[in-house]
Amino acid sequence: MKVHEYQAKELFEQFGIPIPEGKLANSCEEVMAAIEELGLPVVIKAQIQAGGRGKAGGVKLAKTKEEAQEIAKNMLGKPLVTHQTGGQGKIVRKVLVEKAADIKKEYYVGMVIDRAQRKPVIMVSPAGGMEIEELAQEKPELIFKEPIDPFLGLLPFQARKLSFKAEMPVREAAKILTSLYKLFIAKDCSLAEINPLILTSEGNLLAIDAKLNFDDSALYRHPDVKEMLDPLELDPLEYEAMKYHLNYVRLDGNVGIMVNGAGLAMATMDVIKLAGAEPANFLDVGGGANVEMITQGFKILLSDPNVKLIFINIFGGILRCDVLAQGVIEAAKQVEINIPVLVRLEGTNVEKGRQMLNESGLNFIVAKDISEAAKKIVETLGTKE
Amino acid sequence: MAILINENTRVLVQGITGKEGAFHTKQMLAYGTKVVAGVTPGKGGQRVEDVPVFNTVEAAVKETGANASVIFVPAPFACDAIYEAVDAGIKLIVCITEGIPTLDMMKVKRYLEGHPEVVVIGPNCPGLICPPFKCKMGIMPGHIHTPGPIGVISRSGTLTYEVDYQLTLAGLGQTTCIGIGGDQIPGTNFIDLLKLFNEDEETKGVVMVGEIGGTAEEEAAEWIKANFKKPVVAFIAGRTAPPGKRMGHAGAIISGGQGTAESKMAALRAAGIFVAEDLGTLGQTVKEVMGL
Repeated sequence: MKVHEYQAKELFEQFGIPIPEGKLANSCEEVMAAIEELGLPVVIKAQIQAGGRGKAGGVKLAKTKEEAQEIAKNMLGKPLVTHQTGGQGKIVRKVLVEKAADIKKEYYVGMVIDRAQRKPVIMVSPAGGMEIEELAQEKPELIFKEPIDPFLGLLPFQARKLSFKAEMPVREAAKILTSLYKLFIAKDCSLAEINPLILTSEGNLLAIDAKLNFDDSALYRHPDVKEMLDPLELDPLEYEAMKYHLNYVRLDGNVGIMVNGAGLAMATMDVIKLAGAEPANFLDVGGGANVEMITQGFKILLSDPNVKLIFINIFGGILRCDVLAQGVIEAAKQVEINIPVLVRLEGTNVEKGRQMLNESGLNFIVAKDISEAAKKIVETLGTKE
Repeated sequence: MAILINENTRVLVQGITGKEGAFHTKQMLAYGTKVVAGVTPGKGGQRVEDVPVFNTVEAAVKETGANASVIFVPAPFACDAIYEAVDAGIKLIVCITEGIPTLDMMKVKRYLEGHPEVVVIGPNCPGLICPPFKCKMGIMPGHIHTPGPIGVISRSGTLTYEVDYQLTLAGLGQTTCIGIGGDQIPGTNFIDLLKLFNEDEETKGVVMVGEIGGTAEEEAAEWIKANFKKPVVAFIAGRTAPPGKRMGHAGAIISGGQGTAESKMAALRAAGIFVAEDLGTLGQTVKEVMGL
């Protein structure tokens, strides 16, 4: 799960990481009120969950009230397109107004789980402001890393070592690194980034930007984090799916898929592409799916206007084929289905599932295996168009 | 004959009285698995499918000689179940549970460094099945498997069933099929199991099913090139997955340009491994490539 910069900064504050003084604003009036409180100059920052905001014009300095008014007007309610948002961009609904800081030096600080090492890794660099991927490409020698033993945590010497290497004021920097580590562990983060961490002309360190991602599996023990979810940042169908614990990702094609299991769902997308069509989504209804989840999943597929055919590919394990069949039949009772539905069932209780679909009186196209399904997808779409 | 399992494998089910635990205990027994005990704290003395239930793993091991455990405990308590099994001397632990926080599993892996004799399969996996010994520690449908010469290692659940079934239909069959799970930090990785398959005489070839995210396939490719004596066919799911989006599995995400299907397929091919493109004909492909 992702959160906005202003939310990440709230957590930074809780854990003692210094941030600039700032106010969140939802309108031009609120921006002006924030300036009354903070004074000028200020930096106005678009709150969307995507990287590359600075380059895309989503972070701007205002020296006067007039400038601030102009910036706020052009930012709020307008889409911001960055290299991570896709062509349509994301609508800016909130801006963060912050007291502008005098930047003497910029650093990068980041923390992730290193999957190969199975440990959190903390990274610092004296080349702040650049994106870490870019930095790793261009100046890998300027990224300093320390793997952290999960039993010991970040040790003081490691924090010192990194601070010395990145030429940061050691005492203050080590404290920030330790605080970031504590936050990462306490809130089950999957990524934490301060980019840049700056040195002000007064000699203080300040987290100018803040990025936190959280482990979805751990949200059950962090109600405060879960509450930070901004549904407006999600695709409406993805948000709908989330409510029913369905793993759904919307894509651009026209073949909607419903599959049990993430690997098989991905492979099903690949099969569709290989056959010459395009998948409209990823949908894993999971092992523990019940009739209601199947029904809701089916409804979500039907509500995507791009979908011209639905392919249900189920290899029953925990999810039994009869449960799937019942869910599809229930959904068909609740919504009108006016596009072809192709079904391929295999595995636990397959005979019962097939029988239920046959006796339902609904018109399904049946495929006995994946190869046949691929052929039928192309045939069906071909004859329809 | 197989890896991890033998004729002396006596299975314990942790979380046996839960809905899934009870359902799959029945299925495992029906397949022929020697399920000798179950554990649910506070439900000791009950029976599930005539299998005795104990309050602790220690008591279950002492009373029944259980030496392998399959875990159906909900995510917030699953790591505790793993620790309890290790503490009771269980050497093979299969954790089916999905949704264990990454930081919790990281600690489990760290703990297991002090117990090199213990193998943890999963979490978030279908488990493992060994057709030659009629032993199933997991949730896969038994009837799609048959004894044969192929070992299967997969990060997926249902995609593994697809592969296993095709191997059966192609007249090949399996020695052992293991789903290592879809999380970021699996208990066991491709290389750990390839080492075992390398030494298993009955296994004539291995099918490796990978997916986007992480670098486990790339690492396995390198290891296979240097050490593995048998033919390998690989399949990678997620060629059409967009970057930055989690595709169901916690571990299936392309991030920072890392973990793409292209990178994995290229690494595997560079190591001389045959990478199958068409899932629909995978069974046939394995037969042809391995000359079996």
